[in-house]
Amino acid sequence: MSRAETRRPVRTPSPLWTFGLLRSELSITFRRWRTLALLGVLAAVPVLVGVAVKIETSDGSSFGGGGGGGEGPAFISQISNNGLFLVFTALAATLPFFLPMAVGVVAGDAIAGEASAGTLRYLLVAPAGRTRLLLTKYATVIAFCLAATLVVAVSALVVGALLFPVGDLITISGTRIGYAEGLGRAFLIALVVAASLVGVAALGLFVSTLTGSGIAAMATTVGLLITVQILDQIPQLDALQPYFFSHYWLSFADLMREPVYWDDLTRNLGLQALYAAVFGSAAWARFSAKDITA
Amino acid sequence: MAEPAATKRERPERTEPPGRSEHRERGSVEDAVIATRGLTKRYRGGQLAVDGLDLTVPAGSVFGFLGPNGSGKTTTIRMLMGLIEPTSGTARVLGRPMPREARAVLPGVGALIEGPALYGFLSGRDNLLRYDAADPGADPRTRRERVAEALDRVGLSAAAGKKAKAYSLGMKQRLGLAAALLQPRHLLVLDEPTNGLDPQGMREIRTLVRELASDGTTVFLSSHLLDEIEQVCTHAAVMAQGRLITQGPVADLSAGARGRLVVTTPDVADAARVLKEQGAGDVVVAEDRVTAEPPDRDLADVNTALVTAGVRVRGFAVERASLEDAFVALTGEGFDVAG
Repeated sequence: MSRAETRRPVRTPSPLWTFGLLRSELSITFRRWRTLALLGVLAAVPVLVGVAVKIETSDGSSFGGGGGGGEGPAFISQISNNGLFLVFTALAATLPFFLPMAVGVVAGDAIAGEASAGTLRYLLVAPAGRTRLLLTKYATVIAFCLAATLVVAVSALVVGALLFPVGDLITISGTRIGYAEGLGRAFLIALVVAASLVGVAALGLFVSTLTGSGIAAMATTVGLLITVQILDQIPQLDALQPYFFSHYWLSFADLMREPVYWDDLTRNLGLQALYAAVFGSAAWARFSAKDITA
Repeated sequence: MAEPAATKRERPERTEPPGRSEHRERGSVEDAVIATRGLTKRYRGGQLAVDGLDLTVPAGSVFGFLGPNGSGKTTTIRMLMGLIEPTSGTARVLGRPMPREARAVLPGVGALIEGPALYGFLSGRDNLLRYDAADPGADPRTRRERVAEALDRVGLSAAAGKKAKAYSLGMKQRLGLAAALLQPRHLLVLDEPTNGLDPQGMREIRTLVRELASDGTTVFLSSHLLDEIEQVCTHAAVMAQGRLITQGPVADLSAGARGRLVVTTPDVADAARVLKEQGAGDVVVAEDRVTAEPPDRDLADVNTALVTAGVRVRGFAVERASLEDAFVALTGEGFDVAG
């Protein structure tokens, strides 16, 4: 009867174990139809933009005719000259909404989705460990940010190369750089865009720890995203606007200046780090003390 | 799968992956696998779900945790598993405090809590691989092998490749059970394990529980089905409205409620009279049966008295008290949902 007594479970966790959980997490995230659908939509955006520009400029005229209204760099008018500009245009088109929305869906679902499916309790009694599970989830969301951005960038690169001429390109400052360096800048821009989503990812993860419903967490995160985007347009709030996670998003265009204008880029990255720290800590504080009743 | 098939039938303790240290707990607390003292949970909003629970589950027992729906069984289990923080009181599982030492305790515990929860878009096998990847004590090198073994043990090998959302309730239940059996465990916590299973499935689960118990695993089984507990459990505890009403060996619990003497006869009036004369209490007459609390004397003499009084006896027996009788005797109420 007392045989169990002599076999108390004191096991030393393998140091590689965290990566095992991360790998499992990555594989179930990227095997979901929902994730693939989101990536599919993101891949379609550059195709739409590219085809639209191609049709618009098929008579030889240039696109948009310099009416580049208000925000964002006027990359779009350059596409017909150089397909590489489709990468910048597509990232500028998806960064305000499509990309963060996709990230909001994945981040919002991270904990709340497991809770509503009931799988969270089994992961915790496995025991995955609350802190490690949260870190794994965050790492996976960050990986999704990168994957989503690269999907847009690569799709734009391919579509741009197929529909338009490629070659040397002209920076915003008017200097000429080689195609190879242009590609390098495009990759750098993709990384910066992915890093711009880190704040939303942390916010989504925090929201995800607040509720037991995956749908509610996704909707709340996307709702917050839209709200912040609107508030960022209201001039009376300009004292607050530098603290909105989306405020410096389009600063990635500064990487296309010669020399690169770093001020807003570093502000953006600093702000994202701040959001990650604040909402990451809040998510941890909430999740590590939460009663799991779902 | 490249491993020799011979490892399959070995005792769990010998299939443990190499490199796992086994420590003998020094000065271990009693002989209890689960021990709670004054364990209490009050949910926000003031609802008292569990009230001062002192539960002791002896090592090696098959412990039945009984109570109507809403009596606090699941809240107790969640506290034991570190999912819910107790409002007050302490809980020790495998000799260590929970939830503080959850990381050390939980790898030795397999659990099925409030039904299975699965990733519908993954196959049964992939679900188990996922849960196993979450366990720090699980050796990735033996993962596939252990998953296959667990699937085999619950009879799901043939359906292992099917998506879990296509599983029937009974299959999901089996898969949940397989997840609890991925590792050799010291303690299995099974919350309503036969829910959704057909009679054949229930029988298989009971056999499995007995098998595990004979390997030295302590099984903590919650149920609202009394006969299920009675069939497999060595010990039981009864909860009602958040309180522990009783606990102990099943035999003692049933013995608490005494059996009844049942006399089957066409001459019920005479029989009742004789039984009263013989000192039987609480005589109840119904159609062709007279039941009574057996008197404190040799029942053979009681039978002789009946026959000499001219009562034609068709049947004369003592019906053993069931756990249900014990429960009713303890709570003075039926087995209904607590409000």
